[in-house]
Amino acid sequence: MRVMVLVKADEQSEAGEMPSEELLTEMGNYNEELVKAGVMVGGEGLHPSSKGVRVQHTGGDRSVVDGPFAETKELVAGFWLWEVRDLDEAIEWAKRAPMGGDTALELRPVFEADDFEMSPELREQEERLRKQVEEQQQ
Amino acid sequence: MSTRDANRAIEAVWRIESAKLIAALTRIVRDVGLAEELAQDALVAALEQWPESGVPDNPAAWLMATSKHRAIDLLRRQATLERKQEEIALELERGLGGSGEPDVDAAIDDYVGDDLLRLMFLTCHPVLSKEARAALTLRLLGGLTTDEIARAFLVAEPTIAQRIVRAKRTLAAARVPFELPARDDLDARLASVLEAIYLIFNEGYLATAGEDLIRPSLQREALRLGRILAGLTPEEPEVHGLVALMELQASRSRARIGPGGEPVLLLDQDRALWDRLLIRRGLAGLERAEAVGGGLGPYGLQAAIAACHATAHTGADTDWERIVALYDALAQLTMSPVVELNRAMAIAMAFGPETGLDIVDDLVAQGALDGYHLLSSVRGDLLEKLGRREEARAEFELAASMTRNARERELLLERAAGVGSSPP
Repeated sequence: MRVMVLVKADEQSEAGEMPSEELLTEMGNYNEELVKAGVMVGGEGLHPSSKGVRVQHTGGDRSVVDGPFAETKELVAGFWLWEVRDLDEAIEWAKRAPMGGDTALELRPVFEADDFEMSPELREQEERLRKQVEEQQQ
Repeated sequence: MSTRDANRAIEAVWRIESAKLIAALTRIVRDVGLAEELAQDALVAALEQWPESGVPDNPAAWLMATSKHRAIDLLRRQATLERKQEEIALELERGLGGSGEPDVDAAIDDYVGDDLLRLMFLTCHPVLSKEARAALTLRLLGGLTTDEIARAFLVAEPTIAQRIVRAKRTLAAARVPFELPARDDLDARLASVLEAIYLIFNEGYLATAGEDLIRPSLQREALRLGRILAGLTPEEPEVHGLVALMELQASRSRARIGPGGEPVLLLDQDRALWDRLLIRRGLAGLERAEAVGGGLGPYGLQAAIAACHATAHTGADTDWERIVALYDALAQLTMSPVVELNRAMAIAMAFGPETGLDIVDDLVAQGALDGYHLLSSVRGDLLEKLGRREEARAEFELAASMTRNARERELLLERAAGVGSSPP
């Protein structure tokens, strides 16, 4: 499964301060580990919300609101996209991330084809197959 | 922490760490079967202790230390039994540290990547059959249980268990060393690894037997193994080529199956369903393969062909002449009749069905693909385009009688029935 890991903003990231050299090195090593484990699918760091905008849809109206945005803890400072076997594996990787200060990593499973596109025929077929395999094993 | 939470955390740590543990232990005890047992002993110890004591801050280091201690104990006992003290002393000095020298542990960490690579070369050693390589690699590097592997390959669990036991025995009997291949042997050994990974991918991509057309978990395992290998051997163009090929093929997974579970041919696929992220990764992988230099190998060329499709916005935009050129290069490298068949299809698309049919008829005359359903299916397709309906129908029916995949058979019979009822 794919999991999107949202790195939540903190005051430092919102102020546009770069992390220390040491933290950057640690993060580089961590990212390398993710790549070598075949887990890393993508990821980027984001500029502070002061450089961003929101396009607000309200009914038929559209308005553009310039950053920065107030609710720091709810903002996103960066993201990874990971390929893992299950959410537990993603949690274990997230625990190992060198984040420095106080921040949260929010793990959100990505919708996959089988989450919503499984027709009744396919589901039935899958069931049949599972039975077949179980019978073979007896 | 509840036992259940602890167990889930342990399982997750195990999945992440087991390959590294087994690799490091194999270097110490020089027997991959024994290494696996030692690693599992450490897992059992974790399952006993962590629910009580809590998961340690660095669970990976805990598992590694615990299993290494067990390995040392074992070696000591063996050494006492066999009176081979010098050897054990040497082993301890070489790899295990613990002598109070701070540099030793760091040196061991540097081995980790190499150990994983050694393990991959070991589980994919050419003394093993392709199937054995695939099963053993999924077990030891993928961290899958035999039951999971059996379900993925749609075979009974004892079959896989036996395959793995025999593979370990074969490696031990052949005294396959735990080392990186020598330079002049590297290409052949790497090919053996790539072949096993691609076999796993293809089992996932198109189940050759049974009714289920896609087995996604194997596809992901293969991609993961490929990405790991690419991280370990960044200077090997064919590794990047294979990963690119798998990413590009996997990008079409969602579009390959119709709503009723039937296969959808490439040119009929809804390209909006193609996974753009995997395409981007595949194209980047292909660029890396090209950047290493030395020309593309068979996997790189196949990836380049897949890239032609991936970058065409519609089927009609496909650069068939470039695909023909890539198939020309691939055919020269591989001399494979299956590649020749694909080349014939590309030529038919680029220069008309008549030209393609000439090549297909040559293949029929050579007899190398007798019994291969795609030969008849392609021939049927070209005959239909040329308006030779009776012959086309017969070819589709022949193809249907030869495929082992039930969904594919249905599709071929439909095509046979459809010949002549609508204009080609």
